[in-house]
Amino acid sequence: MPHGFLELVDLTKRFDDHRAVSELSLSVPRGSVLALLGPSGSGKTTTLRLLAGFERPDAGSVIVDGVDVTAAPPAERRFGMVFQHYALFPHLTVGQNVGFGLPQRLGRNDRTAHVAEALALVDLAGFEDRQVSALSGGQQQRVAVARALAPAPTILLLDEPLSNLDPGLRERTRRELKAALRKVGITTVFVTHEQEEAFALGDQVAVLRDGRLEQVGTPQELYEHPKTLFVATFVGRASVLDGVMADDRHADIADGVRWTVETSERVASGQPVRVVVRPEDVMLANAGLAGTVMERRYTGARAFVTIDVQGATVEVEEPVQQAEIGDAAYVTVKRALAFPA
Amino acid sequence: MTRRTGLSLVLVLLWLVVYPVALIVLDSVRGPDGWTLEYLSAFARESVEWAALWNSVWISLASVVLAALLGIPLAFVFERLRFPGQRVLGALVALPAVLPPLVGVIAFLFLYGESGFVPRIIVELLGLDQSPWRLRGAGAVLLVHAYSMYVYFYLFTRAGLAKVDASMIEAAHSLGCGVFATFRRVMLPLLRPQLAAAALLTFMTALGSFSAPYIYNFRTMTVQIVTTKLNGDLRMAVVETAALATIAVIVLVLLGGRAGARSVVAVGKGTPPSARHLTQPVARWGAALVGWVFSAVLLLPHLTLIVMSLVPLGSWTTQLVPPSYTLANYAALVTEPERLRPLVNSLWMAAAATVGAIALSLWAGRLIVQRRARFRRAIETLVSLPWAVPGTVLAMALATAFSIRAPWFGRFVLVGTAVILPLAYLVRNLPIAAGSILAGFRQLDPSLEEAAASLGAGRWRTLRTVTIPLLRPAILAGGALAFATAVGDFVTSIVLYTFDTRPISIEILGALRAYDVGMAAAYGVVLMCVSAIAMAVGTRR
Repeated sequence: MPHGFLELVDLTKRFDDHRAVSELSLSVPRGSVLALLGPSGSGKTTTLRLLAGFERPDAGSVIVDGVDVTAAPPAERRFGMVFQHYALFPHLTVGQNVGFGLPQRLGRNDRTAHVAEALALVDLAGFEDRQVSALSGGQQQRVAVARALAPAPTILLLDEPLSNLDPGLRERTRRELKAALRKVGITTVFVTHEQEEAFALGDQVAVLRDGRLEQVGTPQELYEHPKTLFVATFVGRASVLDGVMADDRHADIADGVRWTVETSERVASGQPVRVVVRPEDVMLANAGLAGTVMERRYTGARAFVTIDVQGATVEVEEPVQQAEIGDAAYVTVKRALAFPA
Repeated sequence: MTRRTGLSLVLVLLWLVVYPVALIVLDSVRGPDGWTLEYLSAFARESVEWAALWNSVWISLASVVLAALLGIPLAFVFERLRFPGQRVLGALVALPAVLPPLVGVIAFLFLYGESGFVPRIIVELLGLDQSPWRLRGAGAVLLVHAYSMYVYFYLFTRAGLAKVDASMIEAAHSLGCGVFATFRRVMLPLLRPQLAAAALLTFMTALGSFSAPYIYNFRTMTVQIVTTKLNGDLRMAVVETAALATIAVIVLVLLGGRAGARSVVAVGKGTPPSARHLTQPVARWGAALVGWVFSAVLLLPHLTLIVMSLVPLGSWTTQLVPPSYTLANYAALVTEPERLRPLVNSLWMAAAATVGAIALSLWAGRLIVQRRARFRRAIETLVSLPWAVPGTVLAMALATAFSIRAPWFGRFVLVGTAVILPLAYLVRNLPIAAGSILAGFRQLDPSLEEAAASLGAGRWRTLRTVTIPLLRPAILAGGALAFATAVGDFVTSIVLYTFDTRPISIEILGALRAYDVGMAAAYGVVLMCVSAIAMAVGTRR
């Protein structure tokens, strides 16, 4: 196993009787960006707070560059943190906010220079004397990033960094954030519940569920080779059908309908499985799984058709054939994944 | 760590707030030879004691009724109607609040007492031989209580009215309710939490009221306790204190629990009903006239106090108004060391108590806002508990608890030292400071402190550069009000003061007894100004 710059080893945190984080181990190489992805309640925010030192783990440790920092209070860890609602100090100016974490013994000129440098990094040069309340949401987000980066932390933590922005602003801010992280080359961990955000920003994505790690890998690995049904359905759009394993590589979906499926573990013949298909892997054909067209959805760039097949629904992306609601339709797949039911 | 500091704060609060009162209640059934009911039965045999208890209870109930009758209609007039001069008048309505209890009482004495302005004018006008009334007994007490306590009903009702959604009233109208039916069936039920809170506050304040019954010679339990103690019968005073404390607890449990439970009643947060502009000239000017006359009545005690403070000793005898005016009283107050002393005493003791109350409140605030805070309920209850303890009870409890040395039981000899009065002020005004500061903490985003910590700031730097600057309005407001209350304190001072630590209120009493009304009024004006400044600072947004 490669030695990561940041190591989480068997981290466990209980609140009352319930386990918020359970034996979580992760390894982040120096300079890479890890996304913690999961639905609410999956323990991703708790993990981030354990990393920052706001919570103490019940078991396990946090190791940075070979040094165990598990017992260190937040102030001594020197991790930069960007909070979900930014937590900018409303009584301080932009410059005072950014300079807050700089060493207090720093001379006036050095301080000014550091602040200017950090603001320039997020494209806010010259904003030193502005009031925080006078900034737009996107600008506040960038000030929060500049403030976290100014003291040159070893690790940067971001809590849902884009969730407070308008959808229109999100795309741009995401690109700027990514550019800033690249430029600084800082090891980063961020939390999000949006797959798109995790994929766009993260070199590696860790999918969490109920406080446990489901899978960690590059966005492509997660999307193309999910190890669990949860990851397969949580990451990207997917339709789920019931089937029975026919042999090692095939599953029966319905009478006379047998699909080739990929499995991440061996599943015995005759065992029931859940079969997952992505919309782009599904085609309408003249024969195959029979169903009825339920809904047509046109989003501009793409079109989707939903087909009802014996109680389950299958989503098809950009069908070549014209399909009207109520039409009978047949479905075939290019690729399908099977998981033990 | 949190657990330990939480526990130590709970212990400190228990020691300051609960322990002394518990001790005095225990002392009422404990003699030198162990448990005894001897003192209780001695108390129960005295009809005087029963009368004092009954006086305390009925005068408090009557105060609630009078204050409600004054405060609620006034709140409706000022919240729902628009008429000339309304804004100015709306601000004047809170005027009684800047008179500390004792100062209000003597102002009424100068104004409506046998030799006060109003009776002199009536005697002159009607050609009577003597004042048509004497300002003493239950009537006088109720007059002062109504004057100073209607403010609770007024402010609570206005706050409640401002939150009532206009659509509720419109819905009632659309369902066929007239104005009066809407008031009775919709507005009153919606306002019930506020009215219950105001009633409880008024009742507890009246139950603990001391200045008015003491000066106007009406024997309530508070007066009874102080008199018994001054007569040297400490045993009986302890039993009387326990009796008054018991009544306070019973009322709090009966009413407080219910008022708290109902305060969650959904008062929608939509648009408040728009005020009705009075357009009919008669109604407009009628309302204005009533408002102005009422304000004049409210303001008269303040004016009286100022006029009286300019009267030299012994110069006003039979004339309609004082014949001569001078600033000599104020000059004496500043130049004569013995006159200045009480002023200095009050200021430093109140300041020390306020600093202590703020520190305890900050400590409590830090703990209750933490995620998964422990002891939250215990801390919130303990810091707000002293307001339900009548001042006399608290003073007697502290006098008992801190009159012997038993360090292992948390008891030290503080009575007779300069520490006891600031300590009493601190405990008594803790709810005022804590109310404001805890509210400030609840509005504070906890991630701000976490942000400071993640940027390398230690606990003290975070407190100094982030928490306290952000809480400054709340600290100022709570501190200013706590300070004003402490500066004017009479009820605990009279039990605990020594000659060297005598505060202003005790000096006012002394001046009054020496018939030096000018001097008493001058001290009163000083207190009034300190309160006014503190209120101005405290309510500034």
